[in-house]
Amino acid sequence: MRPASLSALTVLLLASALIAVTLGPAEITAGDVWLTILHHLGLMAEPSLSRLQDAIVWELRLPRVLVAMGVGAGLALAGAVMQALTRNPLADPYLLGLSSGAALGAVIFLLLGAVLLMPLGAFFGSTGALALALLIAQLLGGATPSRAILAGICISALATAATSFLIFWSATGDSYREILSWLMGSLAGSLWSDVGLVFAALLLCVPIILFFGRALDAFAFGDTSAAALGIDVPRLRWTMLGASALLTGIMVAVGGAIGFVGLVVPHVVRLAIGTSHRALLPHAMMVGAIFMLWADTLARTLFDPRELPVGIITALIGAPIFLLVLLRYRRIT
Amino acid sequence: MSLSVSDVSVTRGGKPILSNVGFTAPKGAITGLLGPNGAGKSTLLHTLLGLMPTSGSAVFERVDLLSMPRRERARMAALVEQSVSTEERLSVRDVVALGRIPYQSALSGADDPAGSEIINQALADVGMQEFADRRIQSLSGGEQQRVHIARALAQQPRLLLLDEPTSHLDIRAQLELTALLRRKAVSGMTVVVAIHDLNLAARYCDHLVVLDRGRLSAEGAPNQVLTARMLEAVYGVRARLLDDPQSDRATIVYD
Repeated sequence: MRPASLSALTVLLLASALIAVTLGPAEITAGDVWLTILHHLGLMAEPSLSRLQDAIVWELRLPRVLVAMGVGAGLALAGAVMQALTRNPLADPYLLGLSSGAALGAVIFLLLGAVLLMPLGAFFGSTGALALALLIAQLLGGATPSRAILAGICISALATAATSFLIFWSATGDSYREILSWLMGSLAGSLWSDVGLVFAALLLCVPIILFFGRALDAFAFGDTSAAALGIDVPRLRWTMLGASALLTGIMVAVGGAIGFVGLVVPHVVRLAIGTSHRALLPHAMMVGAIFMLWADTLARTLFDPRELPVGIITALIGAPIFLLVLLRYRRIT
Repeated sequence: MSLSVSDVSVTRGGKPILSNVGFTAPKGAITGLLGPNGAGKSTLLHTLLGLMPTSGSAVFERVDLLSMPRRERARMAALVEQSVSTEERLSVRDVVALGRIPYQSALSGADDPAGSEIINQALADVGMQEFADRRIQSLSGGEQQRVHIARALAQQPRLLLLDEPTSHLDIRAQLELTALLRRKAVSGMTVVVAIHDLNLAARYCDHLVVLDRGRLSAEGAPNQVLTARMLEAVYGVRARLLDDPQSDRATIVYD
């Protein structure tokens, strides 16, 4: 563990949050933004802003900043876990059909008219896809990493086809834009209830993952080698997979299928601090939060007043970084 | 205390892989596990670490390896697998450090004060100190094999199991490896090694166990076990055994 770099990242994250919350189309000075937040926290008596400006800070920007941090942390953590469990550097939280399942679930709920329940649909979709992928892998003769991935690809393709079919068949205008924003990933319109959802998931899953995650080092040379080092491989695998699926399901439910965070962040962190999961997992979480926070800040300010889906930003930044990471790996091995 | 295996059976997908295998591996000796491909050598080694559902028992130091707690077992017995690899960017030292995992508690994490000294000693044992900071992927097959043996030694096992450890090695590395195993055996470690090279087995093992299609075919001193008849029956080859007067061990010549 490197407490120094971890505290540096914490400071960076807090500073980023304090800056990001002052950025936005509405002209409010940084001082006023911070004073308003202090006021809402009960630390300052005098609100200096109009009610509208106050709502922009407290109801729009702050929840959005918090959700971005939480979603980034969750996706990066889940990505690091999936890469270790599947021994596949290309693994990300969406590997086992999670994102396509979530999109399908969200679209179904949307078309049923239950727009408010879309996150629930996404959650059912993602966990359902994971359960199905693992069930198929089990039927193929045991849920080994490679079988689970192949089953996940299959589920993913099916869910994507079903989603496209539903869109083709029924969506028009508004719902089409809603769906598109899901498919690309967007944190637009994040509410305090989303903040609650995201941090509840983090509070539940992060301690489990950090506690058991240290044993992930033992998987470097595969299941047999981990078992020979005294690891209860099935128990660890199911615990970690379950926690990651829950985490991913909630993140997808809130933000849609935001790509590349779970894939790229763990790799960058590995290059910087090495592969020991004791250090890797908390660092990946912090870097994921910072990365996502700035990606989302760009998404909402770059083409002000129009919003970009943040998934476009994470892909635009993430894909080239991933390429660099691959090149660097190549040079080293 | 010797390793005493009795009545071990393993079935996979309804097919018997091992049937009632029993043998004894003497303490402080190198026991060679022989048999053609598919005889069940790897399965037997994995079984001894409780890695697959098994009936029977494998008693070592008065406890049954097959039913003891897995972490305790990992401190008692270590396995060097046949050709494993990783995509992770691990240094040689990182790989050897994996051997300390059974000594780290989940709560206190890396609290293993003696760890780094033991890792250094394990690296020195296999002559890889200078490679400690190299990436594992940048090493030759033989060097990687030595790193895995160092990892196993870092577990401080009293029972060392090796699956075909010589198959990637050139002749000099093979002899260095057997010398290392000999030193470990002399220091009291019980060594069981699955091996294909019968001449190496004849020359360096103290005790031989021969498996044939999942059953015990022969067990005993090399000169008793290695006979033209056994080689014909188990391996299906015709061979002659010549005595090397210098080592008092047989040399096998295939016809």
